[in-house]
Amino acid sequence: MIYFDKVSKIYKDQSVALEDVTITISPGEFVSIVGHSGAGKTTLLKMLMVEEKPTTGKVFFESIDVQTLRGKEIPTYRRRIGVVFQDFKLLPNKTAYENIAFAMEAAGRSDEEIASDVPHALELVDLGLKRWNFPHQLSGGERQRVAIARSIINQPDVLIADEPTGNLDPINTQEIIQILKKINDLGTTVILTTHNKGVIDSLGKRVVTMENGRISRDDEKGRYVM
Amino acid sequence: MIWTDLRRIIKAGITNFWRTGTVSLSSVFIFTVTLYFLGSLIFLQAVLDYTLTQIKDRVDVNTYFTIATNESKILSIKKKLEALPEVSSVNYTSRDEALAQFKKRHENDYLTLQALDELGDNPLGASLNIKAKDPSQYESIVRFLQSDSLGAESGGLIDKINYNQNKNVIERLSGIIDGSKKIGFGVAFALAILSVLITFNTIRLVIYVAREEIGIMQLVGANDSYVRGPFIVGGIIYGVFSAIFALILFVPTTIWFGETTTNFFGGINIFDYYMSNFLEIAFILLLSGVLLGAISSVLAVRKYLR
Repeated sequence: MIYFDKVSKIYKDQSVALEDVTITISPGEFVSIVGHSGAGKTTLLKMLMVEEKPTTGKVFFESIDVQTLRGKEIPTYRRRIGVVFQDFKLLPNKTAYENIAFAMEAAGRSDEEIASDVPHALELVDLGLKRWNFPHQLSGGERQRVAIARSIINQPDVLIADEPTGNLDPINTQEIIQILKKINDLGTTVILTTHNKGVIDSLGKRVVTMENGRISRDDEKGRYVM
Repeated sequence: MIWTDLRRIIKAGITNFWRTGTVSLSSVFIFTVTLYFLGSLIFLQAVLDYTLTQIKDRVDVNTYFTIATNESKILSIKKKLEALPEVSSVNYTSRDEALAQFKKRHENDYLTLQALDELGDNPLGASLNIKAKDPSQYESIVRFLQSDSLGAESGGLIDKINYNQNKNVIERLSGIIDGSKKIGFGVAFALAILSVLITFNTIRLVIYVAREEIGIMQLVGANDSYVRGPFIVGGIIYGVFSAIFALILFVPTTIWFGETTTNFFGGINIFDYYMSNFLEIAFILLLSGVLLGAISSVLAVRKYLR
């Protein structure tokens, strides 16, 4: 379970990114967070990744008070959360295969595990034939599929997808959303942020709407209302 | 586990080195220039040292004894001089040897030789040629000769010591030698610092280019040493390749400079020096390259590890 408890984030220049946000996400849920740019969606996710710390309030991942994690504990913690970004964030000098393998290496998995799991993940995102291509040799949709395969390779409890379809055409967008749904069906909690009304409306899952750093709506089986 | 990580880190470092071809090539180029520079300092120091030793070696003081002084007394003075800690060597030239040397020096000067013959007797006194360990010590040696410490032995025996006429030259030379040593060291130190800064900046640029990758690796859950490792390996590879290139480059350079240095500095052939000290120079350059590469990488990556 993920629990944001009265979380606020106020930057040094007094701009408010989050204000008194309280939200609970249960295991296995598929939650979409929608809102205009600057509404605080990414800040919220960064706190879960320990990239930012709240000014006040607490963030819990299961029983872990995320803020209290020390530097050395953060990498281990992050392996429990897979992340997919709008700009893919693939390592440019590594092939599709190596990008996925890197996440396993970082988690200290053995060579045998890597050799057996990575091809499976590549098949899951339908990139078996392009495993030796470098990111610059792949299309946007293919790169995002590599990123998804990488994010789930360590069987994380949670998958964060921060505007994963922002740079993709409608067909690729649908493909990516289908993959995310499949991952959710297999039991992984998925947190998706997006501007795409079509995606949200087609999902029929929980929708949290954010405005100016606050949660303005939280609908079970919601629609994109802005 | 540690070995697996180490193997993966080394592999990633080597792969990155090949895949970032242009960046690696330009870094190796700059590293090579730096190490070439550092190596040149070694040669410069060698030439300077050799030349200064040569000059020092040429400075000496001659003590001429009166004709009447008998040999045993001179030899006893020689012994006492040799016992002094400042003295590096004392050479005795007997009256006969002095005459022989004089005749040889003037073998084409018929008039002088004729005049010598007319004198009949040997007009030259015996002498001691004294070399000090350091030019600045001649003053105290001469003082010793002139003092009473030799007792009655020296009274009236010493005809002249050529120190006073050479005094100014010797003092100036000691000053120059000291000065050049200090300047040589200062220049070498400043240039070494400069090269370190240049390599550090090169690595910093390489890692600046890769700063986003560092962030990605961390997000994927890599710990700091796993992120840092391949960059350190990369830095070490730059160092090793550059040291090899610099060592190769020194071959034509020292051959080319060899002749010039022999003629100009009197004796030291820089190519021979390179060949006879090759292992030592290779070790210094390799170690400098590897350390520079590794330390710069550690410092440069630290900035992006949050």
